[in-house]
Amino acid sequence: MAKSKKTSVDRRSFLKNATVGAAALAATPVTAATAVPIPQPSRPRNAAAPLPPVSRRAEAEAAAAAANPGPNSDPITVDHPGSDFMVDAFKAAGFEYLCSNPGNSFRSLHESFINYGANKNPEFITCCHEESAVGMAHGYFKIEGKPLLVCVHGTVGVQHASMAIYDAFCDRVPVVVVLGNFGDAQTRASFVNWTHSAQDPAELIRDFVKWDDQPATLQGFAESVMRAYRVAMTPPYMPVALVCNTDLQEFPLPSNPALRVPALTLDRPPQGDSGSVQQTAQWLVAAENPVIVADRAARTPAGLALMIELVETLQAAVIDRNGRMNFPTRHPLNQTERGGSAIGEADVILGLELTDFYGIVNAYYGDVYPRTRSLTKPGVKLISINSNDLYLKSNYQDFQRYQAENLAIAADAEATLPSLIEAVKKLLTDDRKRMFQDRGAKLAAAHQRIFAQNRDLAANGWDASPISTARLSAEIWNQIRNEDWSFVSNCQFVSRWPLRLWDFNKYYHYIGGEGGYGVGYGAPASVGAALANRKHGRLTVSIQNDGDLMFGPGVLWTAAHHRIPLLIVMHNNRAYHQEVMEVQRMADVHERGITRAGIGTTLVDPAIDYGKLAQSMGMHGSAPIADPGDLAPALREAIAVVKSGEPALVNVVTQPR
Amino acid sequence: MSKPVNAQSFRSPGRSSPEDAFHAEVLVLSAILALAVVIAAALALLIFVRPSAAAQSAASAAKSQSSDAASIARGKKLFVSYGCYECHGRAAQGGVGPRLGPDPLPLSFIEKYVRHPTASMPPYTEKTVSDRDLADIYAYLKSLPEPPKAKDIPLLNQ
Repeated sequence: MAKSKKTSVDRRSFLKNATVGAAALAATPVTAATAVPIPQPSRPRNAAAPLPPVSRRAEAEAAAAAANPGPNSDPITVDHPGSDFMVDAFKAAGFEYLCSNPGNSFRSLHESFINYGANKNPEFITCCHEESAVGMAHGYFKIEGKPLLVCVHGTVGVQHASMAIYDAFCDRVPVVVVLGNFGDAQTRASFVNWTHSAQDPAELIRDFVKWDDQPATLQGFAESVMRAYRVAMTPPYMPVALVCNTDLQEFPLPSNPALRVPALTLDRPPQGDSGSVQQTAQWLVAAENPVIVADRAARTPAGLALMIELVETLQAAVIDRNGRMNFPTRHPLNQTERGGSAIGEADVILGLELTDFYGIVNAYYGDVYPRTRSLTKPGVKLISINSNDLYLKSNYQDFQRYQAENLAIAADAEATLPSLIEAVKKLLTDDRKRMFQDRGAKLAAAHQRIFAQNRDLAANGWDASPISTARLSAEIWNQIRNEDWSFVSNCQFVSRWPLRLWDFNKYYHYIGGEGGYGVGYGAPASVGAALANRKHGRLTVSIQNDGDLMFGPGVLWTAAHHRIPLLIVMHNNRAYHQEVMEVQRMADVHERGITRAGIGTTLVDPAIDYGKLAQSMGMHGSAPIADPGDLAPALREAIAVVKSGEPALVNVVTQPR
Repeated sequence: MSKPVNAQSFRSPGRSSPEDAFHAEVLVLSAILALAVVIAAALALLIFVRPSAAAQSAASAAKSQSSDAASIARGKKLFVSYGCYECHGRAAQGGVGPRLGPDPLPLSFIEKYVRHPTASMPPYTEKTVSDRDLADIYAYLKSLPEPPKAKDIPLLNQ
């Protein structure tokens, strides 16, 4: 108790002293990414007018307390809280948006963002769930190439956010997550604060964030903001977490002339060593059938251009695993749709930022007792360039099965591509060039055959109701192909039809998937990607899985509220269809009840009216469409809404996959 | 990587199977029954009226069509209730699994494959799906209309 009493007294003393000190301070947000001194007395640029005191009575009480300090004389206003300085640090780091569901463990920071920081850079995006907030940051990054800031409430908020953080971790996406916390037990104002407090708040997510910190001082906090940003943005990208205790936020900014926001300096991504790059180039140039497999190889638009340059120089086959937009879908050297054949023919396979190299060169089969068989021919040389080797976590097993390559280069693929291209070009001879051209012509013919075959397959079930996913994809393509479009949902759940039929050739045309296959990513990630696309004027489109949307439909409201233009086309197969198949598989294997796989896996009786759900959130929503003939006019109507700057949803009743 | 669905890759030589035996039994029983019906009908007609050959043929065809229609209807129902549609699509157009119809692979191959799949398809044993069920599902697959040609669909040519 003695300790408790002392702490309380100390706090009062601190507040008194700090109030006096802080009275001389005011607010100047830091906007440049350079070292800056402590804020000077002036109103922040672009800030709203200073708020009036809480009340005249409060003013009177504050004056009385200052004149007559006593047991009840704690100050009741704070002119310039520590959270203002935190906002300076976040602004200096360059965050464009802050996605958050509010919580009082970061209430002072919240208030500083919207008033001291003028709700600009970052702008507060109101989210209805922490999972949506992180999911939006996930999708935003894959378009914009910059992390978003996410603030989550103490304990409860971080638990809500954890699933989406895991997806971002598995997808190697940076997100800076701030965890509110009532760190000092003596300053918890209610029993609720206790339930929202933890000794080690980041412990829950430590297995799937790259780095976390709980700064004890404001100077430490500013430095940790910069370190967090830098660590998150060094390949392999991953989420990071900063614990932000309420005392640090809410107590007045101390009079400390040494308090500074440091400059943000980013690490250069690691390149492969010259010897390994040279060896890779020699093997690729000497190969008869080299295959380049890319997953998250293109971190940026420059990566896509580099991929094209390498592949065209070699006239090599490419298999795009589509973790990012690595290679144009209609490029004649794109062999993704005949990937198994290409792997079987290969004598050199170069894997670039692969999630699962083992799964590329081996096939799994069997249900209860899975086995694998090799897909490659004897003597094939395997080369890996992968930043994942630079940083692994132990607990969660997303690192996949071990694959022994002939040459494993722990480096960032995109950063290594320029030197690899240069090394390849130096090794070219006229003979090899002629051979490459012949190879390229054969690959182009194979690409054309598969493309035509896919079109033939798409015609099957063309007029079916529910609507086939091929028809759905073709109808969307017909509406958007002449626009500056961006497709921001995972194609896997619609049998990859967009990737099989559309012409993807720009970096923002595709952003990959969840990473961790956590259901609930799709809706918020597409809204986040649309948020990033908004200022570029792109037509953002998603094919939205019904089960995924039901994990967090509140993100529709966020899209409507913040006027985020996004065309959402429902893939409404009225089931968690992957699980329908999984339960069906078990019933088949167990030889019983094979008609009962829909129990616990389907979303019928009643069927969910997603159009009305969208309307209830204040956005355009169509009636259910099961006749393919009704699809085109519904899409046209919705696109007109999106072009006006609003989100719109078209509810399409679809085939399973 | 996702390979395009390709029914050709599942094609293999057919061989004698329990399903073939089932059909043989059906054929023998049907022949006996048909013969009895024909004899009875002939006797009756000899008594009452001498029918034309055309009328006899029409009656036989109608009976066959009715039987086929029942098989197709039952197969269509089973295609859904047994979960075939989950991987192959409600129109058998393909999805996670390959396209199955129209113009399906030989029944003998399908019967062999579903009993002992070698790729990712789960097994459907005789305990859960009878030979008759399979025959009816097959009849449904055969009955599916030909889809339009891709070259005739403008949306697939852009």
